[in-house]
Amino acid sequence: MSASYDLYQEQILDHYKHPRNKGPLPGAALNARDSNPLCGDEVVLHVNVDSSKRISEIRFEGQGCAISQASASILTTMLKGQSMAEVEALNQDALLKKLGIPLSVVRLKCALLPLHVLRLALGDTKAVRT
Amino acid sequence: MAKPAKVLLNVPAIKADFPILQRRIRDRRLIYLDSAATSQKPKQVIEATSDFYSRYNANVHRAIYELGEEATREYEGAREKVAAFIRAKSPNEIVFTKSTTESLNVVAYGYGLKGKLQPGDEIVGTVMEHHSNHVPWHFVKDHKGAVLKYVDVNDDGTLRMEQYDELLTKRTKIVTVAFCSNVLGTINPVKEIAKRAHEVGAVCVVDAAQAAPHMSIDVQDLDADFLAFSGHKMLGPTGIGVLYGKPEALEATEPLLGGGEMIREVHLGRASWNDVPYRFEGGTPNIAGAIGLGVAVDYLMKLGMEVVRSHEMEVTQYALEKFARLNGVKTYGPKDAKKKAGVLAFTIDNAHPHDVASILDVEGICIRSGHHCAQPLMERFDLPATARASFYIYNDLEDVDALVAGIKRVQEVFA
Repeated sequence: MSASYDLYQEQILDHYKHPRNKGPLPGAALNARDSNPLCGDEVVLHVNVDSSKRISEIRFEGQGCAISQASASILTTMLKGQSMAEVEALNQDALLKKLGIPLSVVRLKCALLPLHVLRLALGDTKAVRT
Repeated sequence: MAKPAKVLLNVPAIKADFPILQRRIRDRRLIYLDSAATSQKPKQVIEATSDFYSRYNANVHRAIYELGEEATREYEGAREKVAAFIRAKSPNEIVFTKSTTESLNVVAYGYGLKGKLQPGDEIVGTVMEHHSNHVPWHFVKDHKGAVLKYVDVNDDGTLRMEQYDELLTKRTKIVTVAFCSNVLGTINPVKEIAKRAHEVGAVCVVDAAQAAPHMSIDVQDLDADFLAFSGHKMLGPTGIGVLYGKPEALEATEPLLGGGEMIREVHLGRASWNDVPYRFEGGTPNIAGAIGLGVAVDYLMKLGMEVVRSHEMEVTQYALEKFARLNGVKTYGPKDAKKKAGVLAFTIDNAHPHDVASILDVEGICIRSGHHCAQPLMERFDLPATARASFYIYNDLEDVDALVAGIKRVQEVFA
C-alpha cells in the first residue's frame, strides 16, 4: 500500500460504509447544516442536550465523499455523552488525530466540515468555514 | 479483446514534446486525463514564451525601437495565426482577452448590458453551459431587465432542439451556446442554432472553449456572430483567450476595459476609442501569452485538426466501450464518439467522485471530480458531482487501460 492509500484506512471505510448515528432526529434542540461548495459534501447535525448539559443524543445526515461522511460519523461517536464544556474544547486537532489520516489542503475541508456544522449547531454564528 | 483501434497520432513522439509528461508521480508515469480543465504545454510553446522575455521583451504598438517592433510583429503575427486557425476573414476579427470567461463577459457587458438590449429582450442559453456562459448573462438580466430562457437537454445529453424553436421569439436578441459540453462532451449543432437565431434577428454567441482545442472550426461556415475560447486548453499558456466577432458585431459592442491601448484620443472627461479589435484590449496585453498561443496554433495546425479530432474519437470510442463493460460504472452524455468530444463524465456506485479522484491520483492518474462549473447541468441530472476524464493528443489507448484498471482499484476499496 502506498502512502496515499492511507487515506482509505479500515476505520475510515468502516465509518463510511457503516455510519454510526446516522439519520434524522425529529424535534432535536440543536440543528445545523452546511455544505462544501467545492465538493458538494453536505453534513447535517441534530443534537439534544440533557439537564446536566451533556449531549444525550446526536445524529447526522448527509452525503458526500468518504472523508466527510466518515468524519461526521466519527465526530458523533466522540461527542455522545460529552459535557458542553468538553464539546466546546474539542478542536480540529482532536478530530484529525482521531481520523488518523494524512490530508491534503483540499481534503482537509472535507474532514473538517462536520466540526464546522457542530459549531453552527452550538449557535456560534461567527463560525467560519474551514 | 477489443478490436484494435486506429491511433492516428504518433503519441510517443508527441509525448516527447511535453516536458511535464516525462515527470513521474510516486514513481509512476504521469497519466494526464484532465485536458478539459487545462492542457499540458509542449516545449515549443514554453520556449516561445521564455524567448519573448529573454530576447525581445517590450511593450507592443508603441515602442519605436527594434525590440518593440519585434514584440509587435510577433503579437500581431499570433493574431493572424489564430484568425487562420478558425478561418476568420481578417485578423481584425480576433480580440485577445485573458480567457473564455473574459471573452464572454465582453459580449455580455458590451453587447448586452451596455449595448442595444432593451428591458424584456430575451436571451436564450442552455442548461449545459459552463458557469462562465451563465453568470455574465445573469448580470444582463439583473441590470438590464433581460429575460433569460434555457434550452433543456435530453437524457442522452443532446440539446432539445424542438424546445429551442419554441423558445425563440421576436424578442430574442441573443442566443448563447456551448460548442461542446465540458461535462457531457456533447457537440452541439451550432451552425443550425446560429441559423435559427438569425431567422428571428438574434445574434449567436458560441462558447468554443471545449471545441477549439479539439476540432476544426470554420467561423464563416458556422456563421456565429461571436465565438470565444481559451489558449490554455489548446496547448497555449494560461491568461490568454480569444474573442472572435463578426466586424458588425464587434462594432456594436462597447469595450469592457477602459485605459491605454484601447483609445484614439483622451481629453479630460472624454475619450474616443481605437478601432476594433484594439478597442477591446485595454492595458498592456498578455504579449507572451499571445505569442505562446500562436505557437500552440502552429503545433496543432501541423498535426492537422481533422487528424486531432479523429485520434480523439478513436480514444474516446475505445474508452466508451471499455466503460460500458464495467459493472457499477455509469457514464453521462452521448455514447457515440462521433457525437461527443473527448470528455467522459462518470460515476461509480458507492464511491464519491472525490474519492475516485484521490485513489486514481495514487496511481498517477489525473482526473477531475466535482461539478465541473456546470451546476445547472448537474441539477438537471440530479447529480451532486461526477468524475471526469478528458483526452487530448498526448493520450492513447494505454492511458484508457490505466484508467480502467484504476477504476477497478476504486471498486475494490469501496467494495
